Amino acid sequence: MSIGHTLLGLLESGPRHGYDLKRAFDEKFGHDRPLHYGQVYSTMSRLLKNGLVEVDGIEAGGGPERKRYAITDAGITDVQKWLATPEKPEPYLQSTLYTKVVLALLTHRDAAEILDVQRSEHLRGMRILTDRKRKGDLADQLICDHALFHLEADLRWLELTAARLEKLAEVVAK
Amino acid sequence: MNVRQWAADLAMGVRFAFAGGREGWVRAVLTAVGVGLGVALLLLTTALPNALSQRDDRGNARQDFTYSGKQLPKADNTLVVANSDTTFRSKDVRGRMLEPDGAKAPLPPGLTKFPATGEMVVSPALDKLLKSGSGKLLRERLPYKITGTIAQTGLIGPAELAYYAGGKDLLQHRSGGNVERINYFGPSPNSTPDNLDPILLLLILIVFVVLLLPVGVFIAAAVRFGGDRRDQRLAALRLVGADGRMARRIAGGEALAGALLGLVLGTGFFLAGRQLASLIEVRDISMFPSDLNPSPLLALAVAVAVPAAAVLVTLFALRGVVIEPLGVVRKAKPPRRRLWWRLLMPLVGLAMLYPMIGQGNTNGNFNQWLVIGGTVLLLVGITALLPWIVEATVARLNSGSVSWQLAVRRLQLSSGTAARMVNGIAVAVAGAIALQMLFAGVEGDYTKETGNDVNRAQIEVSVDGGSSLAQANGQLARTKGVRHTSPISLTSVADRAKNPDGSVEVAVGSCAELQEVARLTGCRDGDIYRITGGGADLDQQTAQTAKAGRTVYFDPSYDSSPGHTVAWKVPAGLKKATHREDPTGYARDGLLITSGALPANAAQSLDQHVFVTLDTSVPDATDYVRNTAAKLDPLADVFTLAATRQSAQFTSIRTGLLVGATCVLVLIGASLLVSQLEQLRERRKLLSALVAFGTRRRTLSLSVLWQTAIPIGLGLALASTVGLTLGAVLLKMTATPVAIDWASVLMMTGIGGAVVLAVTLLSLPPLLRMMRPDGLRTE
Amino acid sequence: MTTHPAGSLLAAEELRKAYGPTTALDGAEFSIHPGEVVAVMGPSGSGKSTLLHCLAGIVPPDSGSITYNGQEMATMSDAQRSALRRSEFGFVFQFGQLVPELTCVENVALPLRLNGTHRKEAERAALHWMERLEVDDLAKKRPGEVSGGQGQRVAVARSLVTNPRVLFADEPTGALDSLNGERVMELLTEAARSTNAAVVLVTHEARVAAYSDREIVVRDGKSKDMERIV
Repeated sequence: MSIGHTLLGLLESGPRHGYDLKRAFDEKFGHDRPLHYGQVYSTMSRLLKNGLVEVDGIEAGGGPERKRYAITDAGITDVQKWLATPEKPEPYLQSTLYTKVVLALLTHRDAAEILDVQRSEHLRGMRILTDRKRKGDLADQLICDHALFHLEADLRWLELTAARLEKLAEVVAK
Repeated sequence: MNVRQWAADLAMGVRFAFAGGREGWVRAVLTAVGVGLGVALLLLTTALPNALSQRDDRGNARQDFTYSGKQLPKADNTLVVANSDTTFRSKDVRGRMLEPDGAKAPLPPGLTKFPATGEMVVSPALDKLLKSGSGKLLRERLPYKITGTIAQTGLIGPAELAYYAGGKDLLQHRSGGNVERINYFGPSPNSTPDNLDPILLLLILIVFVVLLLPVGVFIAAAVRFGGDRRDQRLAALRLVGADGRMARRIAGGEALAGALLGLVLGTGFFLAGRQLASLIEVRDISMFPSDLNPSPLLALAVAVAVPAAAVLVTLFALRGVVIEPLGVVRKAKPPRRRLWWRLLMPLVGLAMLYPMIGQGNTNGNFNQWLVIGGTVLLLVGITALLPWIVEATVARLNSGSVSWQLAVRRLQLSSGTAARMVNGIAVAVAGAIALQMLFAGVEGDYTKETGNDVNRAQIEVSVDGGSSLAQANGQLARTKGVRHTSPISLTSVADRAKNPDGSVEVAVGSCAELQEVARLTGCRDGDIYRITGGGADLDQQTAQTAKAGRTVYFDPSYDSSPGHTVAWKVPAGLKKATHREDPTGYARDGLLITSGALPANAAQSLDQHVFVTLDTSVPDATDYVRNTAAKLDPLADVFTLAATRQSAQFTSIRTGLLVGATCVLVLIGASLLVSQLEQLRERRKLLSALVAFGTRRRTLSLSVLWQTAIPIGLGLALASTVGLTLGAVLLKMTATPVAIDWASVLMMTGIGGAVVLAVTLLSLPPLLRMMRPDGLRTE
Repeated sequence: MTTHPAGSLLAAEELRKAYGPTTALDGAEFSIHPGEVVAVMGPSGSGKSTLLHCLAGIVPPDSGSITYNGQEMATMSDAQRSALRRSEFGFVFQFGQLVPELTCVENVALPLRLNGTHRKEAERAALHWMERLEVDDLAKKRPGEVSGGQGQRVAVARSLVTNPRVLFADEPTGALDSLNGERVMELLTEAARSTNAAVVLVTHEARVAAYSDREIVVRDGKSKDMERIV
């Protein structure tokens, strides 16, 4: 996720202090991982340098946290461009799990057991997400669903691989 | 829309009917079996008149007795024939003794040469009977050597028991009218053809209408088998671009396929059934397979009408349905069934029958078309009324056990289907009730009260004058199964020896024997009585003829039949006796002469009769008596006294109705079963789920029973009402007092009820099988 | 007979079942406690539905033992097992379970009526459960007139109306989209937890299985308890 574009977007509704920006970000997108102040200031100074934001005013007392930022026209264009560009679907071609399975087969360890343990772990994760979704609001539900679908996809891969272990063992042994 | 388009669409439908995989085949075959059974029944109906006329033709061709009253002189081309008919248990045996006078004597049909004396030619059925263990008793009566069999041309049916035996000096027997000299076989010019009287004709007409209508209703129902699955297929056709009209025509084509296959099957059933017909014997009537030939014109009509009707019925059934690409939509709420036109049909029917009320006895001719039209409308009215009644009733049914609720709700959703299945039964039952009522009413006219007092004697044996009555009586009295015998001799006296104007009856016997035929007091052997009480005319005639001192003649001769005439001088001192009915129910007049008073030479002129009282606990007692009588005289007339005797024609119509109604009900029962099973199969998954959550098998079975029983109960109620109305109208038409024949109502509704029960019982094993949890398996 | 955890409500050991030449179960084990939701997962044809049918007493296994509440199922008669299913168990299937002629409320009331409850009383209880599953407005409609999700909620209401101690759900969301499926799962598990009913949940969808407390995987007729491998 591009933090720069996100902060720019938040500025579009009006000028804000750096502190406000961090709070707004955490509230809407932070969830598990809140932003550090340092991250906000380094990002803002990069945006300033590129002319995408400008300093709207500085409150008395000085210090970087007292700066009020406003978005420039170039900044608006940049947000527009970012939103319109589709994200590249990530193919996950290099999977740690795949590596583990193949290694287990090569070293004659129990690959099925590895898959089952992983499967169990995945489902446990899904249970936690499901539980959180049940208790949370719509935003929680959407975020959990995103994760659930990814985990489900992994889990399906685990099932499929478990069903094809024998064939895979033959291929690996060659 | 042109003909080619129509043909193409119908052909496509035909293809669909068979190409629909296993499911399609099963459906097509079900339809075909239904239509086939109907077609077979139709063909049988069209073949019956032909078969009956063939029977009549052969019956006419072998007629022998002319009853012309004239004696043919003996010639080279004459034959003496004697009637030796007998009865074995309940079966009639046609017997003839033949004595050719010369080389050119006419040979009866079915024979290749005359049997010699002591030999006989028998029908195949009689041959079989005589050789079987159960025919032993009859074999004693017919001790002749079997030298051949009678060919089909000489028999009216394959099961007929008949024989021709060689005879000698047949004319010496004095069996009034039972021996005659003839010079050809065939209908006598004197005998008038036995025309069916108008009331019997009416009965036959109604029997045919009553049997054919349910078949029609049945065929209409059969082409709708598996309608739900067909709907899905039609929707799929619309999805790939067929328009609504095309879809309808394709549906028609599918029905056509079933109907065409049904025609083939029906012909097969008919041919097979025809072969079986020779094995079936209903009340002494049997048919040769080759007699059952439908007239080509009627057969052609069946071949065209059945497929055409199948297509039309399908198109008619689809009129309330919109076939959409995504499924078949029945018009959201089918228009409420209206009552007025449904009521109109039976009312118009009644109106058509009304003008003929009372015609039966005055001028017995009915307008056949009005009768048929009125009856058809009245009965078809049932099929119009029943759906309305079922819908209206079922909508009001509620609450009750779970099985009841399941059935009622199901009926509420599709009362039309239910009513359609029951229509056939209702029409058949209504028609049968009406007919039974008509029969019961008219029966009085056609059943002769014989007036026989069967408590006093059950058999009357007439023996030839040649053998002694005492001997005959003795032998009969010693016969197994006989409790009591009472002999009596009969003759007549007249005032002239030849061609007298009138004669007086005479009974001769011991005092005890005479007691059986009149009331007399103080009888001693040698007494002569004059019977009074038969009316002034008769009493006076007797008194005049039997005047003391007058010469009278026993058994006077007539030109046509010479008697053993003996002169007798009436003695003085006649006593008086009064009327009493003899065991045959006859109260005689005339003279009673005790044996001692009879001149010795008059013995020859006596007809000798023995009344036999049987010990009814002895099986075959009647046949032992017949055997004894046959030994005394092969031409002896053995007359079984019964309280009533039915007209033979009448019996066969009634039999026809019973057989037909049973066939039709069985047929409809089969179709009910088929649709029931089809419906169950479609619900297999649901049934399994219901069982999974613990539904008792009993509950589901009961709901299947209710589902059939509710519409059939309503149908039978309506059928009884219409049947009784029609019966009452028909009775009024024949001017017979209207009486409700509850026994027949009960019997027909009972048969209808039995069909419901049978259908339910037969659908139980598949139901139980479908309730097994295997139905839940999806993988 | 005591290898399964103590205090279990329903337990099975060494279940074997074959349909003709096809082996559906080959030594499967199972146990569930009151108030527990156990997911039975596995590929198509692995025998999970058969396991459910055996556990519910619908299909007798060829061999092995099933104990419900300490009683061996094999010793019960068919009538006794039917009675058990009527009064102690509840069922939800993927489809084909609502009687099309009956209204929704009549469908829900059906199990109670089979148990001999009077119609009015049964329908009152049915309406209560339909409210809980948010389908009380469909009471007078017939199954053909409601959507798949609504129908499935009606089916869940029906499975709960007898206050069963074990609820058997075979792909209860199989015919639904994910939104409807999740709502049905939420309502089902909530209702079951509130009545302390055990739920045997057969599914091949991980997101449905995520509503469970525990997972069992069936492969080639053999079961594997996924909690015990870690």
